[in-house]
Amino acid sequence: MANIRGAIRFILNNEEISLTEVSPTTTLLDFLRLDRRLRGSKEGCAEGDCGACTVLVGRLSGDEIIYDSVTACIRFVASLDGCHVVTVEHLAAKDGTLHPVQQAMVDHHGSQCGFCTPGFVMSLYGLWMRDPNPTTAAIERALQGNLCRCTGYAPIIRAAKAISSYGAPEADPLRAERIKIKARLETLNDGSRVELGEDAEKFIIPAHLDELAEIYADMPRARIVAGSTDVGLWVTKFMRDIGPAIFIGNIPELRRIAENDSEVRFYAGVSYSEALPIITNYFPQLGELWNRFAGEQVRNMGTIGGNIANGSPIGDTPPPFIALGAKLHLRQGEHRREIKLEDYFLDYGKQDRRPGEFVESVTIPHLPAGEQFATYKISKRRDEDISALCGAFRVFVNDTGHVGMVRIAFGGMAATPKRAKAVEAALDGQPWTVETIEAAVGAFASDFQPIGDMRASAAYRLLVAQNLLRRFHAETTGAGQRLVRGAA
Amino acid sequence: MNKHPSVARSQMHEATRHDSGPKHVAGAAEYIDDIIEPAGTMHAYLGLAQSAHAEIVDIDLSAVRTAPGVIGVLGIDDIPGHNDVSPSHKHDEPIFASGEVQFWGQPMFAVVGETREAARRAAQLAKIELRPLPFIADVKSAQAAGSRLVTEPLKLERGDVNKGMAEAPRRVAGSMAIGGQDHFYLEGQIAMAIPGEDEDVTVFSSTQHPSEVQLMVANVLGVQQHAVTVNVRRMGGGFGGKETQGNLFAAVVALAAKKWRRACKVRPDRDDDMSATGKRHDFVVDYDVGYDESGKILAVDAVYGARAGFSSDLSGPVTDRALFHADNAYWYPAVRVRSEPLYTNTVSNTAFRGFGGPQGMLAAERWIEDIAYALDRDPLDIRKANFYGTDDNNITPYHQTVSDNIIARIVDELERSSNYQARRAAVKKHNAQNAVLKKGIALTPVKFGISFTATWYNQAGALVHVYKDGSIHLSHGGTEMGQGLYIKVAQVLADAFGVGLDSIKIMATSTGKVPNTSATAASSGSDLNGMAAHDAARQIKERLVVHAAKIYQCAEEAVVWVPGGIQAGDEFVSFEALIASAYLNRVQLSATGFYTTPKIHWDRATGRGHPFYYFAYGAAVSEVTIDILTGEYQVDRVDILHDVGTSLNPAVDMGQIEGGFIQGMGWLTTEELVWDDKGQLRTHAPSTYKIPLASDVPPIFNVEIAEWSVNTEPTIGRSKAVGEPPLMLAMSVVEALSMAVASVGDYKVAPRLDTPVTPERVLMGCERVRREVRG
Repeated sequence: MANIRGAIRFILNNEEISLTEVSPTTTLLDFLRLDRRLRGSKEGCAEGDCGACTVLVGRLSGDEIIYDSVTACIRFVASLDGCHVVTVEHLAAKDGTLHPVQQAMVDHHGSQCGFCTPGFVMSLYGLWMRDPNPTTAAIERALQGNLCRCTGYAPIIRAAKAISSYGAPEADPLRAERIKIKARLETLNDGSRVELGEDAEKFIIPAHLDELAEIYADMPRARIVAGSTDVGLWVTKFMRDIGPAIFIGNIPELRRIAENDSEVRFYAGVSYSEALPIITNYFPQLGELWNRFAGEQVRNMGTIGGNIANGSPIGDTPPPFIALGAKLHLRQGEHRREIKLEDYFLDYGKQDRRPGEFVESVTIPHLPAGEQFATYKISKRRDEDISALCGAFRVFVNDTGHVGMVRIAFGGMAATPKRAKAVEAALDGQPWTVETIEAAVGAFASDFQPIGDMRASAAYRLLVAQNLLRRFHAETTGAGQRLVRGAA
Repeated sequence: MNKHPSVARSQMHEATRHDSGPKHVAGAAEYIDDIIEPAGTMHAYLGLAQSAHAEIVDIDLSAVRTAPGVIGVLGIDDIPGHNDVSPSHKHDEPIFASGEVQFWGQPMFAVVGETREAARRAAQLAKIELRPLPFIADVKSAQAAGSRLVTEPLKLERGDVNKGMAEAPRRVAGSMAIGGQDHFYLEGQIAMAIPGEDEDVTVFSSTQHPSEVQLMVANVLGVQQHAVTVNVRRMGGGFGGKETQGNLFAAVVALAAKKWRRACKVRPDRDDDMSATGKRHDFVVDYDVGYDESGKILAVDAVYGARAGFSSDLSGPVTDRALFHADNAYWYPAVRVRSEPLYTNTVSNTAFRGFGGPQGMLAAERWIEDIAYALDRDPLDIRKANFYGTDDNNITPYHQTVSDNIIARIVDELERSSNYQARRAAVKKHNAQNAVLKKGIALTPVKFGISFTATWYNQAGALVHVYKDGSIHLSHGGTEMGQGLYIKVAQVLADAFGVGLDSIKIMATSTGKVPNTSATAASSGSDLNGMAAHDAARQIKERLVVHAAKIYQCAEEAVVWVPGGIQAGDEFVSFEALIASAYLNRVQLSATGFYTTPKIHWDRATGRGHPFYYFAYGAAVSEVTIDILTGEYQVDRVDILHDVGTSLNPAVDMGQIEGGFIQGMGWLTTEELVWDDKGQLRTHAPSTYKIPLASDVPPIFNVEIAEWSVNTEPTIGRSKAVGEPPLMLAMSVVEALSMAVASVGDYKVAPRLDTPVTPERVLMGCERVRREVRG
């Protein structure tokens, strides 16, 4: 029997917090603003899209603390056990001397109305810690999850570039306390399972994967919460109760990435940010996509398992993973099964997941030599936007110039992520030529009858899907052209 | 003789940092939701209608009342005064829907709870029976249905339009749809009320117009204005969205505070805020333009249909301003323009940076483009051919003479500094050589009229106290929403007294300090309040000069203001010493300042007058690349030259120019408001409504202030207003996208892109141009 603790414990700035009564739906932002009266972090949208509530959450990883920017509005307090939460109030010195990040923002006129500013400061702080002399591209990437309506961002970008002229990360005033914080976190991370509350207010934080399997098999109606980038909105927007809930952020086995000669396996709790270096190593074609979905804060929280498990028709990982032939590993108690990822998505809101069964991992085979692969994300705004459509293409052209294998999968075109099997059939075995492509594009209309909504019309979706096949073909024959930010 | 200090210096025209900057970055700047609430503060939440148009059959709030943590509910019957917050005083904007629901998201009741969450959860429990009625959603269907106008339309006419049209060698007619825009202020609407003795109530409101909130709250409570005090230290963004839209929220908390004798706060969720509050008007402009072979416009006849929404709000002055800017920077020998502020079953549209002007100007750029493509010319040539003259061809459609025209110089300098001609040639060459990625470049001008067109609004007051230690309290009627008004006015005052900014405490705006203020709007904040503060300082200084002449026994003319104090004959007296002695000699050290804008007048009935004190000018060049397979695009480079007169604060002004441009770019590119077939807004959160990000900023973004410009009118420091005009610099992005789209038809067909120019509009525009070229 695991050691069970009846309290959530974490460090807020420099203070140890221990909560024995907390709802699974209490957000970090409400905790800061209402309970602690720390009102520097703002609520701008309550859905993780504007970044005004950005704080840093530090977590022990090996021998160090990794600090991630997160949106406190959709981060649950229950997910913070064993973490160090750093808010904007903690940055300036006790005598009021501003932190280098803050002083750079002031001197470069980086704030106007100031409401988004604490969030920008925290995002920039997180960036500066890992990358003290960032490129413009790195700054833009770090700020994808922060909206400013006043400045037009130019002065903020100037400030971001100047931070290191105010001090090096080595001299960071907060770095001085890091060793002590680490020791305290090591004490807090005692390997216990946490259980609090009753009924709808009940939640459990398993410490190990086997515990999760056992608990969930016993409580199949419980809600599994990983990064809460989706479930968070159920609470903040729809005021739903989510308990009994199982928070899986403290399960080390679920944060594993296993690599071998033929495939890479992501366990369900790996965040997009954690996956990035591995993804771009094996699938450099996914680098752009990976850097374009959501903002940094959401990529730091959201998990690969969550993006699949929730069954959204517009999740951005299923199309490329399906095209790559990914396998999904489901687990119910001690029982495990493996299915093709594409078979997991049955219909809108319906997946092939049994009561008490959860997504344990997803395995992606390496791209065989000689195959071509690309994924295109199309959205109204380039960054931090939900795809109007997302198309993944994979082809093997044999030495006679014919299509030996083709896989095409789309998000945003149907009620689920889905393969374009009619288009595949029209291509399979045919010469890989413009003529073949032009003969095949019409088949998109039999594969997909997309809807029109606020992101795009049905006609646009269908036309772009066809054009993406044209693009993919052009790129495989060396004639492709793509917009690259800042290339002009 | 005292030594002359060297520390103080002129504060005006310095690139001083925002006064709240250090507090912003530390999270220490207090917004209304950050104020520590009085004990027992209640929280209100609004129940919103789920229908675009319906008869209200029954509202059953019994489950709301009995929900956990609920103190009570507020409906029409709880309003002791008027159920109305109409800023146009047409009594057409109820707090709670009465009889009919007129738009999806209209407030129907409020629930008041011990916590915000309790109130919000309870609001969902209402049982409301509605009988659906047909609804009118947009401009075209309103025009087709002969929908009524929410307020009196305007017509501006000059010259003989019929003759001009008849004699024009060439004509072009068309229709342009221009989308609206949500303000997306980062701090949403919010208000908190604290009840006082008698009929008193103090309201903290995130508003650009405290005096109007005061009046509205008084009307709703049925008390005199003197019972209501409205305070606002700062807003987390306004952009026009808090000129009138805060009224309702303030009224609700004031009602609750007086009813239960407890403080009350209301803060809608972002989705509710975006559903229930007004936005920039979308327009459809139908136009007919006569011109000659050289591209000179001879006559313009246009109708500006605007989606006003369910009430008048500010739709009258907004559509007026669209007509006032139907000319942008262009001379029309004959012109007739008419507005149609149309009733629709949508949220009542309101002020938004530019206030109708941008829509008017965008339509002008559309027909310039039509003419250019018809004549196979660079649109810039057509623009230049039609600029207002300086000595002639300088009468606007409203019969005001443009007497400060600098657009030609602005455009010439920008054309050179941006290397426009060579880059345009390179763009065309690129397009000839590339099949998928196409480029476009465009230079567009801005001329924007400065003053409220409601002439009586052009007044401002200030209150200045000098305390015995020489420290100063500065109050004025302007509000701070991030635009840097507070620091600019503080600079004016510091300059006037010759003291450092640290001597000046900038006070929160309060109706108790300065009465009967105008909205901080129409870019007027610094012009009006800077002058009012200056006037207050002048009065105190005059008294001090009399005092100094007496004490130091010299002529008043021998008392000279110098940095840090005065020179009285041979004697330097520090400001602090002067104030100390003035107090002991019973000199009044407080003054109210007042200012009214001179010269302006406007007769709406005849469409004639001099509504603008002066004009602000600017121009921008944008270069873009589009992907004709997907319609995706990026703005590669932007060069701006903008006129702020002699800047009061170049850092603040630069922020307004850069920020205004990007906000305008958002309006015209990715910010799309989408209503569904039930009349519900579907883009009501940042997940669906996409304002620009840092990664949308042009990688090359050269912004310059026209250093040589001096306001020809004696404004404060000869500066010019800067709040709104830069937004319209973003029209260059639309025109550049347009050129890129035109390239797929070898520039033979005018692309006629409606806005916002989303990737979808770019792709579909390319498809249409190709079809038309094929014939």
